Amino acid sequence: MTAQPSGPLAGDPAPAGDPAGPDGVPVPRLRSRRIKAEHVRDYGIVVFAVALFAYFSVASPVFLTSQNLLNLVFQNATLGIAACAVTFTIIAGNFDLSLGAIFVLSEVLGAWAAVHWGVWWAFPIAILSGLAMGLINGLLVTKLRVNAFLATLASALTFGGIAVGVTGGGLLITPTSSVFTFLGQQRVVGIQYPVIIFVVVAIVLQLVLAYTVFGRHLYGVGDNRNAARLSGLKVDRIVILTFVITGAACGLSGLLDSSMTGSGSSATSGLGGSLALLAIAGVALGGTSIFGGVGSVWRTVLGVLILAMITNGFDLLAVPDYWQDIVRGILIVIAVAISFVVDRR
Amino acid sequence: MSSAAAANVRLVEIGKRYSGTKALDNVSVEVAGATVHALVGANGAGKSTLGKIIGGVIRPDDGQLFVDDRLVRYTSPREARIDGISTISQELSPMPHLSVIENVYFGIEPRRFGLVQWRQMRRQYQELLSQWGFELDGNAKVGMLRTADKQKTEILRAVAADARVIVMDEPTSSLTSVETKTLHRMIRTLREHGRTIIYVSHFLDEVLELADTVSVLRSGRLVRTAPVAEETEDSLVAGMFGAAAEAEHFEKPRNLTTPVVLDVSGLHRKGVLRDISLQIRSGEIVGLAGLVGSGRSELARAISGADPIDGGTIAVDGTTRTIRSPADAMAAGMAFVPESRKDDGLFLELSLAANTTFADLRSVASRLGILRLALERRKTSSLLKLLSVEPPVPSAKTANLSGGNQQKLLFARWLLRNPRVLILDEPTRGVDVAARAAIHRLINNLAAEGTAVLMISSEIEEVLGLAHRVLVMRRGSVTREFGADPPLDAVMEAAFGLGGRPIA
Repeated sequence: MTAQPSGPLAGDPAPAGDPAGPDGVPVPRLRSRRIKAEHVRDYGIVVFAVALFAYFSVASPVFLTSQNLLNLVFQNATLGIAACAVTFTIIAGNFDLSLGAIFVLSEVLGAWAAVHWGVWWAFPIAILSGLAMGLINGLLVTKLRVNAFLATLASALTFGGIAVGVTGGGLLITPTSSVFTFLGQQRVVGIQYPVIIFVVVAIVLQLVLAYTVFGRHLYGVGDNRNAARLSGLKVDRIVILTFVITGAACGLSGLLDSSMTGSGSSATSGLGGSLALLAIAGVALGGTSIFGGVGSVWRTVLGVLILAMITNGFDLLAVPDYWQDIVRGILIVIAVAISFVVDRR
Repeated sequence: MSSAAAANVRLVEIGKRYSGTKALDNVSVEVAGATVHALVGANGAGKSTLGKIIGGVIRPDDGQLFVDDRLVRYTSPREARIDGISTISQELSPMPHLSVIENVYFGIEPRRFGLVQWRQMRRQYQELLSQWGFELDGNAKVGMLRTADKQKTEILRAVAADARVIVMDEPTSSLTSVETKTLHRMIRTLREHGRTIIYVSHFLDEVLELADTVSVLRSGRLVRTAPVAEETEDSLVAGMFGAAAEAEHFEKPRNLTTPVVLDVSGLHRKGVLRDISLQIRSGEIVGLAGLVGSGRSELARAISGADPIDGGTIAVDGTTRTIRSPADAMAAGMAFVPESRKDDGLFLELSLAANTTFADLRSVASRLGILRLALERRKTSSLLKLLSVEPPVPSAKTANLSGGNQQKLLFARWLLRNPRVLILDEPTRGVDVAARAAIHRLINNLAAEGTAVLMISSEIEEVLGLAHRVLVMRRGSVTREFGADPPLDAVMEAAFGLGGRPIA
């Protein structure tokens, strides 16, 4: 079982060695060999996801049921939304470690608003506060030139601290109004709302990335910041926008989470504590470069779903929990290593 | 330490190729011990490459290197250093956060039980200073030092490691004249103590004043090695540039009366550019000549908004424009092809189409900012064919193109915008002969269609081949102006500022 994941992914490191000529010989002549290695890097993850899906479908009688698959996506919808959004930040060449903290504080502020001002307030407050926190991150990174890693690490601490302050360390129980909880607890045509929202967010973000001027600018800024500036871009503005989008998405995730549980929690023992790392793991596993310039949202969806499938499938097969983390860790290393090996010329 | 025997260095039939072009071809030079041996040549003549081979920074493809008549093959600067050859390079490389003492003794710290003996190290440092007659605060952080003192640190580092040969690559290019004098004094001291100095420079006056022997290089070949006493600045320039160059010459319009497109007046950037005024007419190609560090690239970057300016005005088509960013310059109708396509130009991970349209995405998008990919492909494809980019495939990845095709791609991006003013910084650097000729024709055609072109090139032949007017820069100012097809040596003399260095 543990050998399974290394099958299709690790299958082809040998030709990936050095397919290019020694001194940048024109490419087309070398097409047949080079493309092969690049294909493993670019589409190996798709093959792997399909193989994993097929394996669990055969190995477990429960895996391939609509109920199980819907639950699998439902349980990862909040994570998936944050991961899709942070893909923008990462493609533009930055990093965001504050996803979980924004998620928690948005959830808490939304719940607080629901309790004190009325349930409807939860919606705008949660999303807008996430957006505002993203703006703070963006300003720290661009205007104060704080390294994104440190800026979002610091803001994560601060946001998390504020969340505990607001709740006093406990839960804010929101009114059990169906106006509020329908999002997290109801279904439409048999599908949970968070699943639908995740799918819509992913599709919209993917389309923006692939088919708009803004999306193209993200790739440019991430690939070569100087060249982007010399091509007339307001680079700072674009970077800030990626943080804002990520913040708003985390706010939305927080809102959904709070709607599912009917409360606002500042505890970091739940998803809030691990959201940033899981989301970035999904992004990296999908094949988006953490150095920027390369990647896409559908890859992130795939990465998140692979991580989710491993949890779900291993549970169904009664594999001990610790194996999940071991396998997920190894997978990420393999995925990232393949792109390094292929890109080294 | 100063008792080390003087080392001689002998290079025999050295050859070095970079992706097909010969950087050095069959070069043999003998350097006598305890002398200052200068290597001179134009940009790209191979003088720095030769210095780097001696210092173990790069390995030659052919030929042998002898130190004290012993054949050596260095694979790293470290090996050369252990063997007594230290390099002090253009890009000074000390560790900026460490102190001078820590830098000087880095890797050779006096140690006991694995612990650095700080007191002993300080004592050694003081002895070193008095022995060489230098002055430099050992506790200062190197990153805070002026260039001259960083250099002093590097020299101390070399002699502390008992270097017998010191290679200096353009050591004075960023020094003031006073600092240059100090450096020369240090070099003479080193020579008196039996050290051998390889001095790579394009400042001929310095070479004549300082060196014992000089080797002249041209296009990777050795022209001659001679005692300095037998040379003059004129003889060196003649050796460096030889007879007429072979670059293609284009017909040039004289006495253009077309309207002025670019009008720069009193442009100033502190410490970099001094009161620069120039005008370029529609259809005119103005070439900027000058040595590396003369302010050519800085001028191009200032006009195009890449670098900030401290004063002066820039007008395009008679309208004064406030230019604070590349976006402002583009809005004014300018296009800038920067010096380094890798660092400042291309998006190597993206497609040719993305690179071509990046500066003008609105032209291939709907009003809502949605890309019309089919239109983008069509536009890119026709531009790539026009510029004969190989392969002319819009979806190909840019990193996979050769240098010449990458450069053409960069042109494609700016041609898409139909600029009024085209600013080109080293438009053919690292480009093969065919691509180079194609780019030259392209520049000429663009001018013929009315574009105002400002072109910078380290290769003077290229400037002379294309430019309708040549401006020569030196130390941040435009010092001379020539019409079309000026005599090469006159331009060179102006670039070198012959007759000494006028401005400190």
